[in-house]
Amino acid sequence: MRNAVESFRPERRNGEAGLAVIHVSVALAAAGMVLLFLMVVAFALPAFLQGGGGGPFSWSWAPGKGEFGILPMVAGSVLMAVLAVVSGWTLGLCLCCWLLAPDRSGKGDVLLRNLVGGMVRVMTAIPTVVYGFAAVFLLTPVIRSGLGGSGFSWLTAAIMLSLLILPTVVLVLQAGLGPRLESVRLAGAAAGLTRLELLWYLVLPSSRSTLISAAVLGFGRAVGDTMLPLMLAGNAPVMPETLLSSLRTLTAHMALVTSNEVGGAAYDSLFMAGLFLLLINGIVSLAIRRMGGRS
Amino acid sequence: MNRILSAFALVLLSASLAVAAPLDSFKGQKGNIDIAGGTAHIPVMQKAAQAIMTANKDIRITVAGGGSGVGVQKVGEGLVQIGNTGRALKDGEIAKYGLETFPFAIDGVAIAVNPSNSVTSLSKSQIKDIFAGKITNWKDVGGKDAPISIYVREDGSGTRETFEERALDKGTSVQTANVVNSNGAMKTAIAQDSNGIGYVGIGHLDESIRGVTVDGMVPSQENAANGTYTITRLLYMNTKGKPQGLTALFIDYIYSEDGKGFISSSGYIPLDRK
Repeated sequence: MRNAVESFRPERRNGEAGLAVIHVSVALAAAGMVLLFLMVVAFALPAFLQGGGGGPFSWSWAPGKGEFGILPMVAGSVLMAVLAVVSGWTLGLCLCCWLLAPDRSGKGDVLLRNLVGGMVRVMTAIPTVVYGFAAVFLLTPVIRSGLGGSGFSWLTAAIMLSLLILPTVVLVLQAGLGPRLESVRLAGAAAGLTRLELLWYLVLPSSRSTLISAAVLGFGRAVGDTMLPLMLAGNAPVMPETLLSSLRTLTAHMALVTSNEVGGAAYDSLFMAGLFLLLINGIVSLAIRRMGGRS
Repeated sequence: MNRILSAFALVLLSASLAVAAPLDSFKGQKGNIDIAGGTAHIPVMQKAAQAIMTANKDIRITVAGGGSGVGVQKVGEGLVQIGNTGRALKDGEIAKYGLETFPFAIDGVAIAVNPSNSVTSLSKSQIKDIFAGKITNWKDVGGKDAPISIYVREDGSGTRETFEERALDKGTSVQTANVVNSNGAMKTAIAQDSNGIGYVGIGHLDESIRGVTVDGMVPSQENAANGTYTITRLLYMNTKGKPQGLTALFIDYIYSEDGKGFISSSGYIPLDRK
């Protein structure tokens, strides 16, 4: 018994069993990821090869007429996620600065800060369907009566998505910026700089990779979310003309089509949609990281 | 105490068995039935399942939604015993999976607007023009001066198929219309949007939305049953091959007097077995 336990301690000479567990886990995880990619590509291939009119690479989705273009949904996903990240990331950065660099430090201010910090943490655990449901009853009527349209729009869903990614952004930024700010705090105080000045002049310029990580993770969540666009964006399979137009994202599209179709061209085009989702996420995160690397 | 309780339960059970004759066939049966598919079927299936499981504790019946497509797929692949659809099976589906189909109810589709809307009746051609995007303001059909917002169901929805086939005469809806994915979501959208128009199963009409009279046809269960309201569809149960054992008993039960009661109380019109 003792030997068995010993053999699971990787740091021991006879810890091969522990190492084996690690190796098997890595192999399983890697194989799972590779298989997933292969399956999506393999299933998307027939739709890809079909080509010609009505294939997935067109701008018209009308299954009744045999047209299965998913490009409007590709554009919809990108537009939706970009708007959500631009607003969510900006909001998150400001919120994080406020949490890290208090401008006041009375008892009430500390309490308020802890409360907001705790709330952000709690927000990570709220399922998106809850946000969606609340927004259908609270946000859409406001947008409809205030700005016009049906209330189900690009803007409505993007507002909720930016709220959704806010905790991700804030927590990544806090984890990255917090320790760095601590490490220069004493020197900064000696130089007579406030925490906000330290953040602005020292910490943020040297934390490009943290800022980028937050944006990439936020984008991934925004582009991958299904419930909020499905419930709030209106789901018209066309390019939006304004912020108040209805649009359909790839994720909402997949949810809508799978609820009724089995097999056939509409179903096959969904694998293409899945591949596009992977590609969009990959390309955007590469692009953001490169942008950060160059400048 | 426990013994008294169980004796009491036994008395109740035998009493209910004695009263509800159609349930007798489940006596001594054992096993599971899994049901999935069309969302319109769920209330009927659940009521039947509840009655059967109350009468016989050895039978377990699960009822899930998912839509007509899911119903076909799951029953075809043997994941469930009964797959429900709100549309007739396609020839390809019957051929691929070897399915048997059992229509058991009529569901009417009503065109619905917000209760505050002053428009209470529309002609079929007005409805076609609205959904085609040719009429875009309520004042063109006798209402107030406000843009019309159109809500439709997703491609492949049984309700949408019935609507487009029977109300639009196989026409399609404008691409920029908002798409919702259930009768409930449709009701929520129209109940909130005073300029909205959409369609729901007649059984889902209540005071939160208003059914519009179409060409003089008033949307109601009675009118759908007697044929004066023609925007209707059938609800189907489907099995892979001839139904066997418990599944066959369940289907018989849906066609029994009890089953007809559940169908009526769910807002549909019962059909006799063909």
